Amino acid sequence: MTVFAIVDCNNFYVSCERVFNPALNGKPVIVLSNNDGCAVARSNEVKKLGIGMGSPVFKQKDTIEKHGIHVFSSNYALYGDMSRRVVQVLSEFSQDLEVYSIDESFLDISRVRPDRRTAFGRTLMATVKKFTGIPVSVGMARTKTLSKIAVRLAKKSAKADGVLDLTDPRHHDRALELTPVDDVWGVGWRYAKFLKVYGIANARQLRDADRTFIRKKMGVNGTRLIDELKGVSCYPLDRNPSQKKNITVSRSFGHAVTNLDGLREAVTSYAARGAEKLRREKLTAGLVTVFIMTDRFKPESFYYNTKTLRLAAPTSNSPEIIGAALAGLAEILRPDSLYKKAGIYLTELGPASMVQTVLFDPVDRERSARLMASLDAINTAMGKNTLTYASAGLSPSRPWHGMFNHRSPAWTTRWDQLPRVK
Amino acid sequence: MARKGKTLSGIWKAGEEHLQVAAQVGRPIFFSRVQAGFPSPADDYVEGRLDLNAHLVRHPAATFFVRVAGDSMINAGIRPDDILVVDRSLDAADRRVVIAVIDGELTVKRLRMQNGRISLMAENPDYPDIEIQPSMAFEIWGVVTHVIHAF
Ligand SMILES: [Mg+2]
Repeated sequence: MTVFAIVDCNNFYVSCERVFNPALNGKPVIVLSNNDGCAVARSNEVKKLGIGMGSPVFKQKDTIEKHGIHVFSSNYALYGDMSRRVVQVLSEFSQDLEVYSIDESFLDISRVRPDRRTAFGRTLMATVKKFTGIPVSVGMARTKTLSKIAVRLAKKSAKADGVLDLTDPRHHDRALELTPVDDVWGVGWRYAKFLKVYGIANARQLRDADRTFIRKKMGVNGTRLIDELKGVSCYPLDRNPSQKKNITVSRSFGHAVTNLDGLREAVTSYAARGAEKLRREKLTAGLVTVFIMTDRFKPESFYYNTKTLRLAAPTSNSPEIIGAALAGLAEILRPDSLYKKAGIYLTELGPASMVQTVLFDPVDRERSARLMASLDAINTAMGKNTLTYASAGLSPSRPWHGMFNHRSPAWTTRWDQLPRVK
Repeated sequence: MARKGKTLSGIWKAGEEHLQVAAQVGRPIFFSRVQAGFPSPADDYVEGRLDLNAHLVRHPAATFFVRVAGDSMINAGIRPDDILVVDRSLDAADRRVVIAVIDGELTVKRLRMQNGRISLMAENPDYPDIEIQPSMAFEIWGVVTHVIHAF
């Protein structure tokens, strides 16, 4: 039987900031989505002050000032690079690895001896911390859903101290009782609210709930959830999303495009079509590549360039994909060239199942937070309001703006912004 | 060993022996460590291009670049505005040049560990050595493996 480990970076964005600014250790820190000023990452010190995930920070102005909370705008370049490093370290431990989000990976650790699992988890934790500076927690269990429960408890329990092996069913009752139903992977707030009405408030009660009832109310995903909580794996590791086919949308222009707006429009429509294809096939993409090309029959002025951007989390969301494509385009665009062809590739394709179809909750806070963070990156790259159409409904007035507008340097991705040492 | 030709640029192994990039007109460029005990068989033939990244960065996931902001390590060949290659995967040992965190700040110094005492030594007589006290917030951030200096 498979044993899963999930490695989850602790307060990931905050931890990234701390690696290069160690003075922030032990201090309260918030990272905002730049677009609407919501907290997308909080240090433990901030969590204790009761500032919620996704809470608009301008409403917390007094708390922030009173406690001297350090507030950062999202630094997408930094988080993406640090995420890549963490995955690289993990892949040295297990090739059977699924990058689930910017700060979480699943590993197949079936081959680790049962009595060595906790030690293995500690080694993972220590190695990632030493190599990258990022603290992680590790949860291990026979299903992905149980491993998520394990990692949540690993963070909370002083005894577990960051690593919890939940493969032994004897520990399940207690662990599941300690897990509010809202915190079960794939149960959104809407279902959580509904379940509580029926007296199902924690994961144990959900596991032991009447199957027919759950099936009727939540469909097949509900019964899968019950199975996963019982230790019967329904969601295998998605090992090689990148080896699946890629999606390409490109076209040659009848007339060379000189007008930059025209090129942006073309790339926007290709990216939108690519995102539609993803959704149709229930896939997500991890990388967006944009390419542009001038007339190949005019070698003296031939220009071809491409740029690949990593999405904050695998997605099929149009604004995210369009935004990434446009941000890439902005980097490679040469204003004086005559373009004959442009296109996008979507790669690192993975199934949308866990991210989207199982998401009962249409308003998943974590995901929408991530969405905002990548929109920010785009607006940063392309200039303000590039994506206002997508974000207009979120917070049109942006009352926080200018209040906490601090992005840390791109410490690891730009020569002119390297950390300085005395 | 392969130390013929003229030096193109100063890529120094921090504090200790330096590496030289030697070039000979019309022949491949060789890299060889001056102190190496054995001639590397890899020096005898060259496939494709030499990759400076592969040479300077042994552990990509754990390697970071930082910029030198002062002259406290000048006598170790680390000058202001140089770029240091820092490998976090290496264990800090006595006499290694390290990036340390002292009271929330990143600093480059030579680590000394003697008789159970830890100190950070500058390589410039104008700077005092720092003996680490238990009360100090101290941490080794990474080990410096190379310095890149632009002339
Ligand atoms: Mg996390």
